[in-house]
Amino acid sequence: MIAPEEILLTALRALRTNKMRSLLTVLGMIIGVAAVIAMFAVGTGAQVRITERFASMGSNLLVVFPGSSRSGGVRGGGGTLPTLTLEDAEAILRECPAVADVAPRVSGRTQVVYGNANWSTSTVGSTASLLSIRNWTLESGRNFTESDQRSAAKVCILGATVASELFGGEDPLGKIVRVNKIPMTVVGLLAAKGSSAAGSDQDDTVLVPVTTAMKRLFGARFPGKIQDMTIQAKSAAEIAAAESQITDLLARRHRIRPGEENDFTVRNLSEIMEAAQEGARIMSLLLAAVASVSLLVGGIGIMNIMLVSVTERTREIGIRAAVGARGADILLQFLAEALLLSLAGGILGICTGAGGAFLISHFADWPAVIAPESVALAFGFSAAIGVFFGFHPAWKASRLNPIEALRYE
Amino acid sequence: MALLELENIHKTYDLGEVQVHALRGVTLSVRKGEYLAIMGTSGSGKSTLMHILGCLDTPTEGRYLLDGKDVSGLGGDDLARIRNDRIGFVFQGFNLLARTSAVENVELPLLYAGVPRKERRQRALEALALVGLSGREHHQPHQLSGGQQQRVAIARSLVNGAPLILADEPTGNLDTRTSEEVMELFSHLNETAGITVILVTHEPEMARYVERIVTIRDGLVVSDEAKARERSFAS
Repeated sequence: MIAPEEILLTALRALRTNKMRSLLTVLGMIIGVAAVIAMFAVGTGAQVRITERFASMGSNLLVVFPGSSRSGGVRGGGGTLPTLTLEDAEAILRECPAVADVAPRVSGRTQVVYGNANWSTSTVGSTASLLSIRNWTLESGRNFTESDQRSAAKVCILGATVASELFGGEDPLGKIVRVNKIPMTVVGLLAAKGSSAAGSDQDDTVLVPVTTAMKRLFGARFPGKIQDMTIQAKSAAEIAAAESQITDLLARRHRIRPGEENDFTVRNLSEIMEAAQEGARIMSLLLAAVASVSLLVGGIGIMNIMLVSVTERTREIGIRAAVGARGADILLQFLAEALLLSLAGGILGICTGAGGAFLISHFADWPAVIAPESVALAFGFSAAIGVFFGFHPAWKASRLNPIEALRYE
Repeated sequence: MALLELENIHKTYDLGEVQVHALRGVTLSVRKGEYLAIMGTSGSGKSTLMHILGCLDTPTEGRYLLDGKDVSGLGGDDLARIRNDRIGFVFQGFNLLARTSAVENVELPLLYAGVPRKERRQRALEALALVGLSGREHHQPHQLSGGQQQRVAIARSLVNGAPLILADEPTGNLDTRTSEEVMELFSHLNETAGITVILVTHEPEMARYVERIVTIRDGLVVSDEAKARERSFAS
């Protein structure tokens, strides 16, 4: 048996003698590996993007909606029967140990006017908690205070879109805008957040204290009731606990008898995120599956070249056998050639794929994440392809009869 | 002492419907240091005999002792080992690796003998010097003349220190003058290094270099005569 490094050197020398052919074979491998790497990177990027979008909505969230109205046999949709009150929200924060924070919400569309400019937007009445729960940050100014809530103060916080539509370059802080004709002082400006997971503009909004919204803006419809509330659990692990604690507490407070349908719904937002991530994951697997076909084609290319090479180099094999190469020596040499081709293709493919992924992410504004696992996988896979597709030709070469091989023209 | 001994060697090729009896009981003994020619027309069985002598093939029947060791029943890997360190081949068509330098061609048997790289290069250079190719070590076969290529092949057959060189029509592709040079090189190696040289040929004029002629016809030895060398390297 000859030493492994001698086998590699011999294989390397043989590949160098056929530069063009080696290059073309490697090219097939490069394309296959690059496609897999790039597709994985783009797919993983999609998952990261989805997670980011959901994280911008806040994490570990539950939403409590009122139940549906029922008159006779006709049922209204979810939220048509206002059953939730501010006191419910306060009770949840006080009595459910798994709940970190609660933001009640009353909202509607309003016309906001400043000077000559006016803008129709969604106005949300909530508490100071909304900002932390929804991961909002203030660009400038302040959040709502306890006294704003108690006195139903005529103050508001503007989203970035509303601020630019009404004020242009002017600083809105301290200015008075009219929200549905009610003058309110701008006390804060939200930092821009971009579009939501659903694609709507999250910055097109005006926040007011929830009491202000109930008493001064939308109070006429359902006095004393809120539309829904967003609840943040203390951790991801406590979401389920929070869900059951909230359900129990509200059922008790609303005097729901056992067996009776609840007049509210608790919805877990992390489930929605998981579903979306699952979708992205399936998508990236699908892309990778398509890309692996080209990897397979690259592998078959190696087998093809190696088979041609064995036939073309029959005489060389005969010479090697005549001067004392054993079957194993020939087998290992050809296997090493296939392995070197596929590994070179693997390494160059990883580089090309990474480059391609970054190009895609640069031009499509889409994050590309090259996971070390996918690099390891591509590398291992190309080595496996080299051995798998190289074995048959190598074995064929090792079984050649030296007499016939020497006679071969 | 006999370097190789053939006892009643038969070789039969089974071609399905017909059986070809290439050798029908060859008995032959060659001493160490002999220089002989095996002659015969094509189809006489001399190529088959050469393959068996060279351990490229095994006999169907009979015993082949090489250096006292029976090699007639050995498997492929054992035969490869014997070819590697006991036998050097010189072919009509040179059989050098294309696009590979002379010195790398000569190193090839040493590679499969597991000789370390430095020593390999050293011994290959010495063998090339011995056949008079110093200065052309890094030429590739296509940059060398036919005679030079054959001398690279002879260097390759020598490099492992094999006691036996089997030359199959070594001058078949060479002109008269180059043929003489190659034949004289064999004579030189035989006389100075004591290497046993077996020449397989159908050209009677090559016979004048050797001291023994074995003639094969229809798979049998029909004559085996010793003679004086008409020409040798020394003359």
